[in-house]
Amino acid sequence: MNREPASEVERVVPNAFERRDPTCTQRVGDNALHLFRYARPALCFLGLLAFTAAPLHAANVNDLAAGDDGFWAQAARFASLTDPSVRYALAGALLLGLSCGLLGGFIVVRKMALVGDALSHAVLPGVAAGFLWAGTKDPLAIFVGATIAGLLGTATVSAITATTRLKEDTALGLVLTSYFALGICLLTMIQRLPNGNQSGIGTFLFGQAAALGADDIQLMAIVTTAAVGVIIAGYKELLVTSFDPGFARASGLPVGLIHHTLMFLLAAAVVIALQAVGVVLVSAMLITPAAAAYLLTDRLHRLLLLAAAFGVMSGVVGAFGSFVGHGLPTGPLMVLAASAVFAGAFLFGPRHGVAARWWRQRCQRARTRRENALKAMFHLWEEDNFGPEGVALADFAQRRRCTLEEIGVIVRELARHDFVTLDREMVYFTPAGRLRAGEIVRNHRLWELYLTESANIAPDHVHDDAERIEHVLGEATVRALERRLNYAKLDPHGKIIPSPRELHRGEHDALERPAAGGREGDRS
Amino acid sequence: MTADADAATPALEIHDLTVSYHRKPVLWGIDVAVAPGQLVGIIGPNGAGKSTLIKSCMGLLPVSGGWVKVFGKSLRDDPRRVGYVPQRESVDWDFPVSVLDVVLMGRYGRLGLGRRPGKADREAARACLDKVQLLPFANRQISNLSGGQQQRVFLARALAQEADLYFMDEPFAGVDAATEAAIIAVLRELRSAGKTILVVHHDLPTARQYFDRLLLLNMNVVAFGPTEEVFTAELLQKTYGGRLTLLSEVAQALGAGANAGGGERA
Ligand SMILES: Nc1ncnc2c1ncn2[C@@H]1O[C@H](COP(=O)(O)OP(=O)(O)O)[C@@H](O)[C@H]1O
Ligand SMILES: [Mg+2]
Repeated sequence: MNREPASEVERVVPNAFERRDPTCTQRVGDNALHLFRYARPALCFLGLLAFTAAPLHAANVNDLAAGDDGFWAQAARFASLTDPSVRYALAGALLLGLSCGLLGGFIVVRKMALVGDALSHAVLPGVAAGFLWAGTKDPLAIFVGATIAGLLGTATVSAITATTRLKEDTALGLVLTSYFALGICLLTMIQRLPNGNQSGIGTFLFGQAAALGADDIQLMAIVTTAAVGVIIAGYKELLVTSFDPGFARASGLPVGLIHHTLMFLLAAAVVIALQAVGVVLVSAMLITPAAAAYLLTDRLHRLLLLAAAFGVMSGVVGAFGSFVGHGLPTGPLMVLAASAVFAGAFLFGPRHGVAARWWRQRCQRARTRRENALKAMFHLWEEDNFGPEGVALADFAQRRRCTLEEIGVIVRELARHDFVTLDREMVYFTPAGRLRAGEIVRNHRLWELYLTESANIAPDHVHDDAERIEHVLGEATVRALERRLNYAKLDPHGKIIPSPRELHRGEHDALERPAAGGREGDRS
Repeated sequence: MTADADAATPALEIHDLTVSYHRKPVLWGIDVAVAPGQLVGIIGPNGAGKSTLIKSCMGLLPVSGGWVKVFGKSLRDDPRRVGYVPQRESVDWDFPVSVLDVVLMGRYGRLGLGRRPGKADREAARACLDKVQLLPFANRQISNLSGGQQQRVFLARALAQEADLYFMDEPFAGVDAATEAAIIAVLRELRSAGKTILVVHHDLPTARQYFDRLLLLNMNVVAFGPTEEVFTAELLQKTYGGRLTLLSEVAQALGAGANAGGGERA
């Protein structure tokens, strides 16, 4: 096969970066596990902070106002579930966390977060209209009004993008603000009405789980059941239309119908969550739990389950905080709890988390430091014609351009990894150390040779690149490089490339001096 | 009798097709009939409307005039006869799915609404992954693949559709040599199984080797016919509108083709 060198490089190099030192990966894995184990208590702690700090402060304010029970008494009342309003609030929080978390998963993977936000603001005039129509705070009337307003809002967005040059973000912004403004005006007008039932309507802005009644819960249960049912039955359709709508349509699936079903469920979920979370923040219950879940997994079904769990958790924490905090708005508390979960995932996620990434980098840097020291030691040993003597600590320090104390630290680290043994002033390779050092030197020289021979780069330009590549070349890539270079024995500077077969012959052979004969011959 | 009818009706018939974006026509009066069992390359400069042609054939875009028939019928009647490989950039590769999940999507059209893929579908998807040599990566998340591997995932998904007519949009764009070889092997295998394949292609020298017929496209059909008749300097120049760099590429391609006569590419 007559392949282009460029494509060979492409094939070789990306693989090279995939490989990590097995011990290091193991450590990363272990540490990721540890981090995850720590993450849970940390999350709980953050969650606790989120709902204890605020209510405690609020409790003081309330003590001044009404001289109330303490925090723990309230908490006990919440946990005992004797109070029916607690039961409703808790059930409502569970249901809304579940439906918003599940649907939010789709919103996030479809990149429709802004649509969720616009939808949640657009329902407000519908809430007011439903109230005006029924004359009371009738859940069904408000549900119908709000759902219609929400769907009207999304239809307006589609109409604007389809008929003008404006793009979706602008259309969403327009609809969000204008509907919301209309809603606020209507709500203010309602509050001025001489109607006895208007008091509850104000909670729609920031949410009050304690205001939920039995018929609210019934409606929430119906919507949540519908959402769960549709997601289970239509999981594959939702998956393929989210990932590749063009392909889904080409395979004959009714993409439009699926999209509209999802939008309808979304509108319904937003509306049932309104009373507990409030118009202003309800989109956070869609986005935040799902976003946290997205950081922790890379399969959609797991993402949905995690998002639902996070949603339920934040909902319950919010309801609890609002109860012990005497009428502190539920919505902001739920959103704070969800944000705490997100922060936990962002910082401590085992794969994409900041802490895990930092640890991996640290690990990689430490490994590079060790390998560079091993390489320097190999060079010294090579200059001694692979003699039986060890390397003097002072020579080693001189070569690494550092003090005896500094080299001592590195040597002790190498000894901890069983790469060398230290006998007073002399350092000796262990078989494993010599193997690793040989591999690094081989990687370096092979790569230099590859760059000069196949990529036509001048020999004095290749060293720096090889310094980086040597630490990441995988065994498979090394074999491929060797094949390409016809098992060359000398690097561009005339130094011997240690052979992988010799290096890997095993501990027993590696204990002896490498066979000098063939190598000396090559060198002359 | 059905076999006769199948042989007589073209796999794809496009009649006077016109497609516009915001009233601006992008394709004009396209007339093409492709007989079954052919490997057709669609060639044209950037923005010529190659992707648009494919998408409108599949009913993904509204057409402003003309019609498309697949095996004598409108595509709406039986979408299962058509398989699709979209451009790789058309999806988000960070999407939380595994390679096998993506290939399984090829089965969704046959399954219909509400039915879940079963063991047989899973086996079929694995077999398709095996054909493109990606079975070992079946459980990886799709962003952990190289560009060429991602392209092969799309090809495997199309294979899982078990269609009779395939549309592929730039399957060779930005892939490594191994992937290019794997893809062309699969395409030839499909053709010998009697499938019809239309492939958007951007590389002239290989276009000449790979395809039975070429469709030279630039807003309208410049030429459509057997490769050796259509692959001429004059027609290519007409297609590419006399752009200098491309012309030299064409000249080089023609030269290479003349002294090599197939075989390996220069
Ligand atoms: N969604 C779109 N909206 C408006 N114009 C488009 C859209 N998609 C493509 N076009 C235009 O249509 C023409 C043909 O595009 P396309 O079919 O993608 O070309 P090709 O695939 O041959 O490079 C181009 O001029 C492009 O700018
Ligand atoms: Mg295109």
